[in-house]
Amino acid sequence: MDVTHPELYGYLAGFKTPEELVDAANRAREAGFRRMEAHSPMPVEGLAEAIGFRKNRIAAIVFIGGLLGGLGGFGMQYFSAVMDYPLNVGGKPLNSWPAFIPVTFECTVLAAALSAVVGMLLLNGLPLPYHPVFNAPEFRRASIDRFFLFVRWDDENFDEVETRSFMEGLNPETMSEVRP
Amino acid sequence: MANENNEHAGGGTQVAPIIGPGHDFTSVTDKISDVVLTKGFKKQWLIGFAAAFGLVQLFMVSVVWLLANGTGIWGLNVPVMWGFAIINFVWWIGIGHAGTLISAILLLLRQEWRTSINRFAEAMTLFAVACAGMYPILHLGRPWVFYWLMPYPNTMALWPQFRSPLVFDVFAVSTYATVSLLFWYIGLIPDLGTLRDKAKHRITKVLYGIGAMGWRGSARHWARYQTAYLLLAGLATPLVVSVHTIVSYDFAVGIVPGWHTTIFPPYFVAGAVFAGFAMVLTLAIPMRAVYGMQDFITDRHLDNMAKVMLTTGLIVAYGYLMEDFIAWYGENEYEHFMMLRNRPFGPYWAFYWGLIACNIVIPQLLWVPFCRRNVIVLWLISMAINVGMWLERFIIVVTSLSNDFVPAAWEHYTPTFWDWSLYLGTIGVFLSLMFLFVRVLPAISITEMKELVHEVQHRDGAGHGHGDQHGNDGPSHA
Repeated sequence: MDVTHPELYGYLAGFKTPEELVDAANRAREAGFRRMEAHSPMPVEGLAEAIGFRKNRIAAIVFIGGLLGGLGGFGMQYFSAVMDYPLNVGGKPLNSWPAFIPVTFECTVLAAALSAVVGMLLLNGLPLPYHPVFNAPEFRRASIDRFFLFVRWDDENFDEVETRSFMEGLNPETMSEVRP
Repeated sequence: MANENNEHAGGGTQVAPIIGPGHDFTSVTDKISDVVLTKGFKKQWLIGFAAAFGLVQLFMVSVVWLLANGTGIWGLNVPVMWGFAIINFVWWIGIGHAGTLISAILLLLRQEWRTSINRFAEAMTLFAVACAGMYPILHLGRPWVFYWLMPYPNTMALWPQFRSPLVFDVFAVSTYATVSLLFWYIGLIPDLGTLRDKAKHRITKVLYGIGAMGWRGSARHWARYQTAYLLLAGLATPLVVSVHTIVSYDFAVGIVPGWHTTIFPPYFVAGAVFAGFAMVLTLAIPMRAVYGMQDFITDRHLDNMAKVMLTTGLIVAYGYLMEDFIAWYGENEYEHFMMLRNRPFGPYWAFYWGLIACNIVIPQLLWVPFCRRNVIVLWLISMAINVGMWLERFIIVVTSLSNDFVPAAWEHYTPTFWDWSLYLGTIGVFLSLMFLFVRVLPAISITEMKELVHEVQHRDGAGHGHGDQHGNDGPSHA
């Protein structure tokens, strides 16, 4: 937390419906806000784009994870069967690759799934034991039935008075200051 | 039932709705989380859990006795080295498959009706795989060195034999268990956040909070979450097919009459889905009655699951038929004897005809709409399939081993008390875990139900500002 802003972390506006929130988020972005966040009890279509989220790298991480898992799985079997412990079974080739496919496949899936989960959690910065936004009492409904727009204090356009009146102009149901 | 009318059905079609009328975000959250957050226990829950937990004690005794005395306490003999351990392993793992099918494959196929049963079915998968996984370990002579199955640098300088289906199995089952756990847990995170925010008691709040990992429903988080969840579904789909395929290799790769056929992989996978849906129905029908979840697990769900059972049951029937046809057409004398004489008319004929009745004849009742809608009939049919699929594995494992190539080597297999006690014990473990799950975690995905509510409202053109029609006057749910 920046010591120059010990008082205020940002403004939190609550809405009743996902449509109102998407609308508000779009208007906030058009007004030039960038460091903002939207919170909803379920995924809302178009909301991430509305707050300016573009780079979703999960798919790339999963692909790389799966690739490494597959190569690692096959490599392990090749190393075992051809290099470290060659065993001649009925004169068949040591690198009997068709028999290695099932384990290679399982290793691919395992590594890809683990990278999907770990990648998602790390990029999301979870687990996170404390976050200031939970200090707003109405935020408890963000996981139940309310939709919130949050503008952070470190946004270039943030101004304690003007931002507040802008957000009140979005016609939210609730409006509060979030303190760290 | 209140949802018989079709006013709220999607898109004005004739089908029954997949969610009861009049639900919004608040009511869905309350209804599902109240099951978990309300103090005290339901009488049915207590009785059921006590019975299941009693069986867990039987499980404990059976395992201790097994570890103390070795597998000789089972009914195994020299040709029949695979008895109940493998029968039950295949049975349990097959049951698990419906969970993944519902949660992953139906998600990819955009079958909305899966939403209210997927969490429950995933939990079932997880617990069934846990039961399944215990058997191969327990049937090792020395279960405490089970980790020798995994490749790791060891002082014996040994590797597992990667060309063996039994080693494929180790990888398939452990991957399946891990991926099922991840899929289930990732699905739970937002719901644990909801429970954290709704819980009144400090300790409950902290415990759910730890599980939720600080989830705050951020749009950026949701975007990554959805991608990860979808990719997990995409990964789980081929995985589930591979797992039972590999389980069938345990048999099909061996040159044992009645095992060595190429139809095993597809018909094992179909049989797994068949058995798994039967188990989902066996558990879901009582649960929705006890917790009053008829609005979420509607008659339409039961109807759809019954249709999936009917379809996969027919695939299984085709498998049986084709095995017999090839045995006749192929004229391999051992296979001919096994399929056409020993199984139907040999020492285990009662098991064989029981399996035909349970898996082929009785499920044909599902053609009749009444049987798909009447919960008692449907429950009885699903129980018959549970039994039938167990008999199928018994027939496959035992008949082929006990009467193989040389009559001098034949031996009859009779399960002992300890075979049965361990089997009942794992049923107890499974049911206890299910009871605990239903009590402490949301058995229906709250998040996905909200998405469904939102979507249904939109399709009905319910207009705007519909998110909170009943929000604050809080429909009370007992």
